[in-house]
Amino acid sequence: MNLLWLQSGGCGGCTMSLLCHDARDLVALLRDAGINILWHPALSEQTGAEVIALLESCVRGDTPVDLLCIEGSMLRGPQGTGRFHMLAGTGRPMIAWVRDLAARAKHTLAIGSCAAWGGITAGGMNPSEACGLQCDGDTPGGLLGADYRAAAGLPVINVAGCPTHPAWVVETLLGLALGELDADGLDALARPRFYADHLVHHGCSRNEFYEFKASAEKASDLGCLMENLGCMGTQAHADCNVRPWNGGGSCITGGYACIACTEPGFEEPGHPFVTTPKVAGIPTGLPSDMPKAWFVALAALSKSATPKRVRDNARVDHPVVAPALRKARPK
Amino acid sequence: MTRLVVGPFNRVEGDLEVTLDVQDGRVASAQVNSPLFRGFEQILLGKDPRDALVYVPRICGICSVSQSAAAARALGDAMGLAPPPNGEFAANLILANENLADHFTHFYLFFMPDFARDAYAGRPWFDAARARFKAVEGTATADALPARAAFLQILGILAGKWPHSLTLQPGGSARGIGASEKIRVHALLREFRGWLERHLFGDSLEAIAALDSIPALQAWKASRAPASSDFRLFLEIADALALDRLGRATDRFLSYGNYPTAGSPFFARGVWHAPTGTLAPVAHTDIAEDASHAWMADAHPLHPWQGDTRVDIERLGAYSWCKAPRLAGEVVECGALARQAVDGHPLIRDLVAVSGGNVANRVIARVLEFARVVPAMERWVRAIEPGEAFCHHGPMPDEAQGLGMVEAARGALGHWLVIRQGRIANYQVVAPTTWNFSPRDAAGTPGALEQALVGTPVGEGEQVPLAVQHVVRSFDPCMVCTVH
Repeated sequence: MNLLWLQSGGCGGCTMSLLCHDARDLVALLRDAGINILWHPALSEQTGAEVIALLESCVRGDTPVDLLCIEGSMLRGPQGTGRFHMLAGTGRPMIAWVRDLAARAKHTLAIGSCAAWGGITAGGMNPSEACGLQCDGDTPGGLLGADYRAAAGLPVINVAGCPTHPAWVVETLLGLALGELDADGLDALARPRFYADHLVHHGCSRNEFYEFKASAEKASDLGCLMENLGCMGTQAHADCNVRPWNGGGSCITGGYACIACTEPGFEEPGHPFVTTPKVAGIPTGLPSDMPKAWFVALAALSKSATPKRVRDNARVDHPVVAPALRKARPK
Repeated sequence: MTRLVVGPFNRVEGDLEVTLDVQDGRVASAQVNSPLFRGFEQILLGKDPRDALVYVPRICGICSVSQSAAAARALGDAMGLAPPPNGEFAANLILANENLADHFTHFYLFFMPDFARDAYAGRPWFDAARARFKAVEGTATADALPARAAFLQILGILAGKWPHSLTLQPGGSARGIGASEKIRVHALLREFRGWLERHLFGDSLEAIAALDSIPALQAWKASRAPASSDFRLFLEIADALALDRLGRATDRFLSYGNYPTAGSPFFARGVWHAPTGTLAPVAHTDIAEDASHAWMADAHPLHPWQGDTRVDIERLGAYSWCKAPRLAGEVVECGALARQAVDGHPLIRDLVAVSGGNVANRVIARVLEFARVVPAMERWVRAIEPGEAFCHHGPMPDEAQGLGMVEAARGALGHWLVIRQGRIANYQVVAPTTWNFSPRDAAGTPGALEQALVGTPVGEGEQVPLAVQHVVRSFDPCMVCTVH
C-alpha cells in the first residue's frame, strides 16, 4: 500500500510524535505490513520538482495512493481562497491539492486534531479560516464535505489528538493494511475505537486523589486536577493513561490537566484551560455517564472520608506521608 | 539569467519555497518565501495569559518545549517570578532534551541523506554515505530513530510527553522529581551518551568538546578512518565538497544565551562579529521587525512589544508571510554556530575567524553541542534535590508586560507579551528561522539565507540544485515557527 503524507496548517508535531514510536525499527515495521512510503516531508529524499511530479502522478491516478495522511488544518482563508497555505513550488493552495488527492485515495486519514476538526489553528477568531478534512469543529463537513467517502468506502479516519499518539497512528495504518480496521472500528466521530472507546481517566495515576476528591490547588501539587485545575480526563476520549507517552508519561504524570485534545473544539473550552469552571462550587463538566446528583453526593461523602495521607499529599509536590505498613499481610 | 522556483523544500516540513535567479552557473539572487500563515499572534489576543502555555507550544511541534520555555519566562517576567534551583535544573533538562533531539534528527534524517543521492555516485565516500544515510533505507534511520525515541523518554519522565507539554510554568516545573526519576533520567542520559560515543563520534564526548582549534580537528580527522564514525564521515564529505566555502551569510552571530543556573547562563548571551572578533551585548530594545516584504500591514519596523500582526495579502513587493527582524538594523544569523561562537568555544571561534558562517561550520557546531550539553545534563540531574521546591507561585497581574528569551535548537527565540485588564493585549514571537530566513527589509537588504545562497553553484539542468539544498538545510529551517 502506498502511503502519502502531507502537512498543512499545523505544527508538524504529529510527525515528531510519530517518530517517538517505540518500535525497534519503525520504517521496517511499516514495510513489513506492505506499506510503502511514497513521500513524507520529514523522511523522504525527494524535494521540489521531484515531489511535484509525484503528486501530479497521484492526482492523475498513475500512482495509486492507498493511505493519504494529512497533518495540519485545512486553511481556507483569506476569503475562501486558500492562499494562507500555498503548496510551495506549485502556486496552488494546499486545499486544492488535498481535494484532488482525496478524490483518488483508497483511505484518507486525518492525523491529529488539526486535520480532524481544525484544532488549535482554529482557535480565537480562527484567522486562517481553518477546518478539518471532514469536520469543522463538531460540525460535519469541513473541507471534503459530510458525504465524502474514500475509495474503500470509509469516511475520513480521524486519528485525533494534539499531538496524536505515535501508536494510534501506527495501529491505524497497520489495521488498514491488515484489513483489521473497518467501519465498526470507528466511533461516531470516526476516530479509531481502539483508543477512543477509553476515557483519559482510565488508569489515571492520580486515581486515589480522585476517589477522595483530594484536589490540587496549584500547578505542581500531586492531588486530583479535576476540581480546580481544569482536568477533563473524565470526559475526554483517549487511552493516554493506559498507553503511556514517551516511555511512561502522560499529561497527568507531567503535572498538568488533560485539556481533552482529542475532542472537537478543544481549542476553545470557554474558560481558561487550567481553571475548572464551576457553578455553586460544583464543576460544570462532570464525568461522562455519571448522574449529577450521584456525583455531588459521592463527592461530598468521599471528601469527608479522605484519609489524612491522601489529603496531605494532595497539596505538595512530593509525597510527605507514605502508606501505612500493615500489621498483617494484605488480604 | 534564468529563474528557478524550488519547492516544496522539505525536511523538516515542506513549507518553504526558494526563488533563485541564476547567472553563469551561480545563484545571483535569492528570495525565500514561507508560504504558510496561521495567525497565532491573533489567536492569543484576549486570552487569559496562562493560556499562552497551551497555545504557543503548538506553534511548532519540533521546537514545542522551546516555545513553552519562552512563554513561561515571559509570564514569569510579567509576574515577577523566578524558579527555585530545582525548577531551573528541571527546565534546563527539558529544554536541552528537545534541543539535542532536534540536532540529532537534523543530522540523521534531514541533512546527511542529501549526500546519499545518486548524483554523488562515484565519489570515494559515496558507498559509505549511501549505506548509512540513504533516506528511509539507510542503516542510520533504523539506528537513529530508536535512539532518539529512547532519549526523548526523558521528557516522558520530566514533562509527561513530547511534544506539547504544560509542565514548564512561570515559576519553574509542575513536575516534582524524586530519587527514582533522577536515576531513570540519569540512566537514559548515559544510554544516549553511549550511542553518541559509539556511532556519532567513535570517541568520548569529552575528547570532542576538547577539540580547541582547526589543527586539533584536522589531527582528530587524520587519526581515524573515514567511515569510523558518522561525524568522521561528515568531515570527509565536508572537505571533499569544500562545504566550508558554501553558504556564507553575514558573519554576525546572535545568541540569547541558554540554560541558566542561579541566574547565570551555561551558554553566554551576546553578538559575535567574526570579521572584527568582537563580542557585543544584546539589547532587546534594538530588535525590530520590518514587514516591507511580508504580506502584513505594518507601515514601518516595530519593536515586538508594539508589534502588529494584520494581514495585507495585496501588499506590493511582498513575497513571504515572514517578517524581517533586524538587530539595530543589521541582519544576524542564529543557531548552534552562533551560540558556540558567542560562548567562545575555541574551535568554533577559530572556524568562523577563518571561513565565517558556512555549511560545514554550522554542522560542526551543532554536533559539538552534543559533546558539551550531554555532560551538563548529567550534572543538572544529579544536582536536583528531591523534596525541595520545583515551582514558585504568584498572582497574575492585570497590567504588565513580559519578555522571554531562550535558545531553541535553531537559535534565538523571543516572546514579547503585553497584559491589559488581565488579558493578553499583545503577543509577539520572533523565532530563530524568522531571523535566518527573513525576507528583505525596507532598505532592500536580504535576510541571512538569502545572502548565504548568493554564489551557490547550480549545475547544468539541475532542477533542485544540490548545493542549494546543502545551504538551506545547513540552517536546519523550521518553517512553522517562522511565521506561526
